[in-house]
Amino acid sequence: MSGGVDSSAAAVVLRNQGHDVVGVTMRLWGGESDTGCCSVSDVDDARRVAQQIGIDHLVFNFSEEFNQRVVDPYVKSHVEGTTPNPCIECNRHLKFDKLIERGRELGFDAVATGHHARIVEQDGVKRVARGDDAAKDQSYVVHMLSEEDLEYVMFPVGNMQKSQVRELAAQAGLRTASKPDSQDVCFIGTTIGRAGFLEPRLTFNEADVFDTDGNKVGVVPAVELVTLGQRRGLGLGGGDIRYAVDVDVPGRRVVVGTEEQLYAPTSTVSSMSWPHQQDIALVTSTEVLVQGSAHGERHAARVEQQGDSFVLHWVRPNRRIAPGQTVVFYDSTDTMVLGGGIVTA
Amino acid sequence: MSTSSTPSHEYVYLDHAATSPLRPEAREAMEPYGDVMFANPSGSHRFAREARKAIDEARDLVASTIGCKPGEIVFTSGGTEGANTAVLGAVRRHGGTAVCSATEHHAVLHCVEHVNGVVVPVTAEGPLDPAVLREVLANTENVSVVSVMAVNNETGAINDIEHISHAVRGRAEKAILHTDAVQAACWIDVRDIWKHVDVLTLSAHKFGGPKGMGIMAIREGTHVEPLILGGGQERDRRSGTHNVAGIVGTATALQITDAHRAEEVKRLSALRDELVREITSRLPQAFATLQPSVGIAGTAHICLEGLESESILYLLDQHNVCVSAASACASGAMEPSHVLEAMGVPRERIKGSLRFSLGHTTTEHDIRVAIDATVAAAERLATVKK
Repeated sequence: MSGGVDSSAAAVVLRNQGHDVVGVTMRLWGGESDTGCCSVSDVDDARRVAQQIGIDHLVFNFSEEFNQRVVDPYVKSHVEGTTPNPCIECNRHLKFDKLIERGRELGFDAVATGHHARIVEQDGVKRVARGDDAAKDQSYVVHMLSEEDLEYVMFPVGNMQKSQVRELAAQAGLRTASKPDSQDVCFIGTTIGRAGFLEPRLTFNEADVFDTDGNKVGVVPAVELVTLGQRRGLGLGGGDIRYAVDVDVPGRRVVVGTEEQLYAPTSTVSSMSWPHQQDIALVTSTEVLVQGSAHGERHAARVEQQGDSFVLHWVRPNRRIAPGQTVVFYDSTDTMVLGGGIVTA
Repeated sequence: MSTSSTPSHEYVYLDHAATSPLRPEAREAMEPYGDVMFANPSGSHRFAREARKAIDEARDLVASTIGCKPGEIVFTSGGTEGANTAVLGAVRRHGGTAVCSATEHHAVLHCVEHVNGVVVPVTAEGPLDPAVLREVLANTENVSVVSVMAVNNETGAINDIEHISHAVRGRAEKAILHTDAVQAACWIDVRDIWKHVDVLTLSAHKFGGPKGMGIMAIREGTHVEPLILGGGQERDRRSGTHNVAGIVGTATALQITDAHRAEEVKRLSALRDELVREITSRLPQAFATLQPSVGIAGTAHICLEGLESESILYLLDQHNVCVSAASACASGAMEPSHVLEAMGVPRERIKGSLRFSLGHTTTEHDIRVAIDATVAAAERLATVKK
């Protein structure tokens, strides 16, 4: 229970179904942040909701693991010039690893969260499926659940619309009913921003900006903050719109080009998670839909296995996905999660 | 445990260092002052005079259990207010530097840090070494206040206030010596502490008094700036309308604590020893944090190496055994203990720290139940983790 409306409603649903429910708030980020996440006021909200619906509430301090598994890799990604996925890493290592482990340890039968995703069983196989509210679907960020995890995890609001979630919370008189959805990365304050967060944790390096012919056309003060496809703040001083088409952080070099130069026929993915090994054959034998960001569009691709990596051949030319970014494969109906991985090239 | 339940005979309550249940005598003594004896003691009519009399009697009683003069007693809202007044009040009045030990309660530690004071390391056994304090004081200019707790709230480690006082008097003769005696009142004759210090602070709910009440003893001739200004109550040392019921309950609880202290120390140290002995002998991963000789009778501090306090506390709670781990932060999450870190306890042990604190309601049955529940919880967790 993060102190938000989705997990509040999830607890209400489970209680109404007659489960013996204990609310848990994970304390993850111990530092300063004004996003509200992990703040004392959020924990207060979660605790008050638990009290109102008549369940116990516990706070688990996972801040050490969060720093190790989410914050440190986030900083390291910027040094290495790859895209960090803090929310996915948090789900992978905290919610659906550490919390599951804690739940099993303490004798609980399941861990439930307020994610807008569903767990659907077909022919005896459980898979993550998109939540019923397409606009709020979070199957992308929970795609990594293993077969074993799927037996233990519940998403009680996955088959609800967000409006129904809010209505349920409002009917129960919960103070979280009209609380705004959380945005952005929880540990990065809106006032300090990404640059302000990273500044004390790494060294920003100036980098030259070149065009695709190798002519130096500008300078950026912090190459660590440049992302693929970026078109502002590249020190180009006007002219035609140009995009960062290649960002080499260790090499301190940015290349800018036209929008067409952002497109690539393929992407390569590794560090795969496959809830069901048999889905590898499915993915490599049919066209799949690939989603490359939390609420991003789906693009059709054919998938070719090359050892531990998978090469995505885009059916229609697609903007390059930055290395480090997570991609998730959905079946042709755009419903079921088949697997996912991290873009390497 | 349902959210509305309260400790009763069905529960094993071993968290007296957090709060000791209100003594029935204190409750009884307080009752009229929440009811018919409602008047403000600062008034001049007969009802006010009655309330005033209750406070004066309470002050006499408290002074006699501390061994100080009634005029040296100031009633406060609790231990934290007392500590804040002692440290911040001394620095505001006299300037200079504040010094404290590394294992102080945050009520002291955060004040000393707030005024950029000096924090003195402790020994691996827990207590502050007076020789180390002496050396720090010799190298620190213009020390205005030294704050060293009589007993540590997490481990129960006892500081040698007599020798600490010698160190302070020898190296920083102008410094005010404050001791946070909040965790000492049940276990050590407060008179023996008071004779070595200038300011001593207590918290009523730790000895069976009500919450929201504290005592400061400020030695005649020692001056600290008040934190709270207003109507000039408590001889201008702490303004605000007196909490008459609270003061009466505090005095009653302290008097009973003082009267039964010697026998309770004897009774409970035997139970504490049994608890530590059984848990450490039955669980290979259990380590007693202190040697019994350096701690008070009421606290058993144990680290379960490789396990996590949060899990153990939950399982114990499921078995109606109430204990605690380190200090909880504002969100209720367990924070790694600064006390154990200061003692150099390894991280893998700090994570599995448990504090059993005994008190006036503790029985032998409680201890047996707690031992079995702790062993069962630790064995379960160790098995699941494998």
